[in-house]
Amino acid sequence: MTDTELIWRIAGGSGDGIASTSQNFAKALMRAGLNIFTHRHYPSRIRGGHTYVEVRAKDEEVTSRGDGYNFLLSLGDSFARNPAEDAYYGNEERKPLAENLDELRDGGVIVYDTGLFDEDEVAELNLEERAEENNWHVYPVNLREIAREHGRDVMRNTAGVGITAALLGMDVSYFEELITQNMSGDIQEDNLNVLADAYEQAQEFEFTHDLEVPTGENEQELALMNGSQSIAYGAIDEGCRFIAGYPMTPWTEVFTIMSQHMGKFGGVSEQVEDEIAAAAMALGASHAGVKAMSGSSGGGFALMSEPLGLAEMTETPIVLLEAMRAGPSTGMPTKPEQGDLEHVLYTSQGDSARVVFAPAGVKEAYEQTRTAFEIAYDYQIPAIVVYDQKIEGELRSVPVDFFDRETNPDLGKVLSEAEIKEAAHHESGAFQRFDPDAEDGVSPRTVPGQKGGRHLTSGNETNDYGHIDEDPDNRVAHMSRRLEKLDTIREDLDEGETNQAYRGPEDARYGIVTWGSQQGTVFEAVDRLNDEGHSVKAIGVSDLMPYPEAEMTEFLESVEEAIVVEMNASGQFKGLTQKELGRFGDKLSSLLKYNGNPFEPAEIVDGFEASIDEETDIPGNSTTFVPAAGD
Amino acid sequence: MSAFSAIGEDREIDSEEYTPGIEPQATWCPGCGDFSVLKALKQAMPEVGRTPEEVLTVTGIGCSSKLNSYFDSYGFHSIHGRSLPIARAAKLANPDLEVIAAGGDGDGYGIGGNHFMHTARENHDMTYIVFNNEIFGLTKGQTSPTSPKGHKSKTQPHGSAKSPIRPLSLALTSGASYIARTAAVNPNQAKEILTEAIEHDGFAHVDFLTQCPTWNKDAKQYVPYTDVQDSEDYDFDITDRREAGEMMHEVEDKLYEGEILTGRFYVEEDRPSYTEEKQAIGEMPEEPLAEKYFDEDAEWDRSYDLLERHT
Ligand SMILES: Cc1ncc(C[n+]2csc(CCOP(=O)(O)OP(=O)(O)O)c2C)c(N)n1
Ligand code: SF4
Repeated sequence: MTDTELIWRIAGGSGDGIASTSQNFAKALMRAGLNIFTHRHYPSRIRGGHTYVEVRAKDEEVTSRGDGYNFLLSLGDSFARNPAEDAYYGNEERKPLAENLDELRDGGVIVYDTGLFDEDEVAELNLEERAEENNWHVYPVNLREIAREHGRDVMRNTAGVGITAALLGMDVSYFEELITQNMSGDIQEDNLNVLADAYEQAQEFEFTHDLEVPTGENEQELALMNGSQSIAYGAIDEGCRFIAGYPMTPWTEVFTIMSQHMGKFGGVSEQVEDEIAAAAMALGASHAGVKAMSGSSGGGFALMSEPLGLAEMTETPIVLLEAMRAGPSTGMPTKPEQGDLEHVLYTSQGDSARVVFAPAGVKEAYEQTRTAFEIAYDYQIPAIVVYDQKIEGELRSVPVDFFDRETNPDLGKVLSEAEIKEAAHHESGAFQRFDPDAEDGVSPRTVPGQKGGRHLTSGNETNDYGHIDEDPDNRVAHMSRRLEKLDTIREDLDEGETNQAYRGPEDARYGIVTWGSQQGTVFEAVDRLNDEGHSVKAIGVSDLMPYPEAEMTEFLESVEEAIVVEMNASGQFKGLTQKELGRFGDKLSSLLKYNGNPFEPAEIVDGFEASIDEETDIPGNSTTFVPAAGD
Repeated sequence: MSAFSAIGEDREIDSEEYTPGIEPQATWCPGCGDFSVLKALKQAMPEVGRTPEEVLTVTGIGCSSKLNSYFDSYGFHSIHGRSLPIARAAKLANPDLEVIAAGGDGDGYGIGGNHFMHTARENHDMTYIVFNNEIFGLTKGQTSPTSPKGHKSKTQPHGSAKSPIRPLSLALTSGASYIARTAAVNPNQAKEILTEAIEHDGFAHVDFLTQCPTWNKDAKQYVPYTDVQDSEDYDFDITDRREAGEMMHEVEDKLYEGEILTGRFYVEEDRPSYTEEKQAIGEMPEEPLAEKYFDEDAEWDRSYDLLERHT
């Protein structure tokens, strides 16, 4: 494959500034006119341990991580070298170079910090031999020394960036600008010096590689954002001014962003004692007339199960976020998985109804968070946005104009006092909160403090006025009405701009089904498969519940076979599809991955090939292919 | 016209306004102490001077949590143990509301114990009435956190090995700024204490001794009782945390020995409420947040400005 793209990987110790350096690097490339996608890998610990970030830059839109990478900047792990903590980190000290070589593409470039690797270690790696085999181009540089000369050891990252810029023929001024913008005083000056010196030193090297930064041009101004930022801004734009939560990875990020801005936007943010309180508070605020949200990850969401049911029964609009991580229990805190689908769909007692969205990436996260609020308030029902650590952490370049939306403070069918007065039965103390015959199942509500609208709300089954009532006819009337809302919402979503996405030729012979964060990767795989002569199309489902019956039926009827690609071990979306549609069992197979890492396009390509051709091996040991029931 | 014109209405209020026009199903047993709380609360409201529509009562689950089925204001009958987070969020959303949370001892000191501690700590300007009947009523008579040590029930057939919780002391250490105990058999004091509690600007905790004749057969009617403010035997400064704390220990020890002490035990007047604290540090708007959603001319900032950091 010729390199029309740069995939730059920076590796080192967690806490070595890998995240901030890669963000700056990504921003520089974005400012140079390229589209960006980043992928980060980090361990579940606070400091130390091996970590890396990949920045993929291309002239066209990028929706996925890609397979492997073509430039490695290996910083060396300073925490592994901390003599005081030798015993603890000692066995990981070579990782930044050793751990990363397997995925480096043919013809790739390696820059490593000789200041933090001793020659013996490098010798053990057989680096020279491997470089020759794979046509790698290795540049050992003493980054630590450059950094130390102009400032401090920690500026090794800046030195590395300077070397990278020179080797790839990048305009170094983008980096200078970012340093000037983000830093001040001595730190700024030192970093500028480190950058300049590294850049100059690299000019003296003998370049053996031909990898360059692709040239790009973007007419629109781009913003570099991750999914958490996108969700938070979506909520703010949609008029959400109350958030309550308790920290849990990876939901904490959205909670933090919202907390930092709520005061400024005239809202209220609360860190409370537990997730039960958090969800109950979102409910209380919404009941009192404010757009409110809460959220958590697996275990915390489990605690929200009762308030979630209460929101359904009392028809109080709320938005909950569920940031999935690998489970069961506390599972793998920093690893993405799509294992909470059933948890999100079915948690809480009774025949419960809620709306669930699963955005596919950063842009979708913004839009679907907004839609979640709209639906929740229009239909007086809880809406959940389910996402995972992949979306949470990946940065993508998105046109700034995309985010320029009007605020929507509309609370849905909340009556004004004038409207309360006009309705004959809305006499004080006799306000009919729950009209069994309400249009769309949604009965207009009032808010405490409004004149003429006072009523009781209860988590028990109630009559039209909100008073506890176990009369069988009353029960059936209100239960049916609550469940019918889902049908109306389904129609509403179908009529509006659907959140489902498609890729590949319409008349393709085979199909791939995916949901949430894996969409971008599946779409890249579909392009490749079609380029290679296969006939395949994909659907990426984002409106999960109400289940998109019509769209899924049409898609599945149009193909001979389909694979459901998802990041869990039991094929939860495939199960949901069969439950909802009651057919297609013999057409659907599963391609699953649950080792803590998201899919890569090549795994989907291999999985597809294995599914249509019995001769082909089932893909690598990290994925599982489960053939259709009929096989 | 304000979006919430019920708030701040200035007129004579009649207790009977708080009786629902819609006939609720009466589910409390004859002789239940809960009737006394309802009555005292209804009688307190004209004193407090707030109309039914500016009051939000939030209850949990239990016999006592049915309070708002018989008390006609804006009401939210929620889930077991969770009245407080719902109540305090409503207060944050609209600080002009008069928020009253209520429930049983199981609801408040058992399953909702964590919320009790934290709501008291934050000193929200609201009232919390705990109907303390030393038993789980609605689920038919199991041992509760306030049942005496050795209390026998179907779930504790050998007698509870646990010492009862000390609600007044717990409220004090957690940070409540008004703490009182009253009893169903003492209607005048009950009315006065509830009036004071509602008028208090901060978290007011009232441990209301009620009786459950159905499941707590040996339930004390809490007579004879002593009103500490009326008695010459007790002299302590209710604004002094240490003295109040000592007094509470005495009250809590004596309850199980059969001597019932009621009255106000701690009052802290000058502590800012949570709303005031949050407004002071810029974490809460000055105007009630809920009002803004009803104001067509309200200015809403867009997240657009935040994007600058991302370009
Ligand atoms: C999560 C949950 N657990 C248990 C119950 C069952 N339950 C209902 S009321 C109650 C206890 C009632 O006792 P208390 O709070 O003291 O109120 P009382 O009925 O005595 O007024 C219990 C355990 C429930 N509704 N929800
Ligand atoms: S069971 Fe006890 S607490 Fe419940 S209503 Fe009857 S007497 Fe009152």
